[in-house]
Amino acid sequence: MPVVVVDVVLKPEISDPQGQAVLGALGRLGHSGVRSVRQGKHFVLEVDGTPDAAELREIAETLLANPVIEDVELHLPTD
Amino acid sequence: MRIGVITFPGSLDDVDAARAVRLAGGEPVSLWHGDHDLKDVDAVVLPGGFSYGDYLRAGAIAARSPLMADVVAAAGTGLPVLGICNGFQVLCEAGLLPGALTRNSHLHFRNRDQGLRVERADTAWTSSFTPGQEIVVPVKNGEGRYVAADADLDRLEGEGRVVVRYVGGNPNGSSRDIAGVTSADGRVVGLMPHPEHAVESLTGPSTDGLGFFTSVLTSLVGSR
Repeated sequence: MPVVVVDVVLKPEISDPQGQAVLGALGRLGHSGVRSVRQGKHFVLEVDGTPDAAELREIAETLLANPVIEDVELHLPTD
Repeated sequence: MRIGVITFPGSLDDVDAARAVRLAGGEPVSLWHGDHDLKDVDAVVLPGGFSYGDYLRAGAIAARSPLMADVVAAAGTGLPVLGICNGFQVLCEAGLLPGALTRNSHLHFRNRDQGLRVERADTAWTSSFTPGQEIVVPVKNGEGRYVAADADLDRLEGEGRVVVRYVGGNPNGSSRDIAGVTSADGRVVGLMPHPEHAVESLTGPSTDGLGFFTSVLTSLVGSR
């Protein structure tokens, strides 16, 4: 069954306190080389038949992500 | 006056909202998210809580419920709508109000009595107040940080769309201390603090919250 992956991250101008907390923990663990962390969401969708790119884009942009605060990346099967 | 209170799966404050409506002199009407029936109400309240467990984003799934399609359509013709806390999140997700509510900047759930300044006393839900009046009502949220692009915030400020602003400390890192905003026509209002928890001196820090509910009754009388 074709698998479609959707990645959602906060827009660069929206501050990400969760990512900052992770960055703080990394610093305490001695990983001083990590400059920043942005936390996002990763969706894996199994779809029937050939994925409809337009429909999946609508799903990604209108439900999985909130375009006011988030950017979305759609990854369709390549084979 | 019939004021509908919507219950979503995970709503918590629908009973308190209905009680506040009754104390203000209105008739609360229970509405169910899964129906396509607004039961001829004169206004609608979306209560606080954790609809769908805040899954995906707070308010995101509730905003796509059957009844919300009716609420969006009715708001387009002037139905007064108030969203409190999770209800505010739902209204933003439904596109009825601008901006979005995100994780508090300090990452903690914050529950306290909160000072607010009423910036707009001419909306359907704030006409019982005076401009600049300071009130105290509880605030309780984990995802209450109001955000929007800077250009959008400038536009909202310019249009006078900020209804209430935090005073005496910002509980969640909201941009420009914004606690609540309104639609362009002043009929739809959303705010993170909980006026329905400040309607009786026995249980609330004040009775300031009652003003939101008396306001809509007054505005409805005026429009009839």
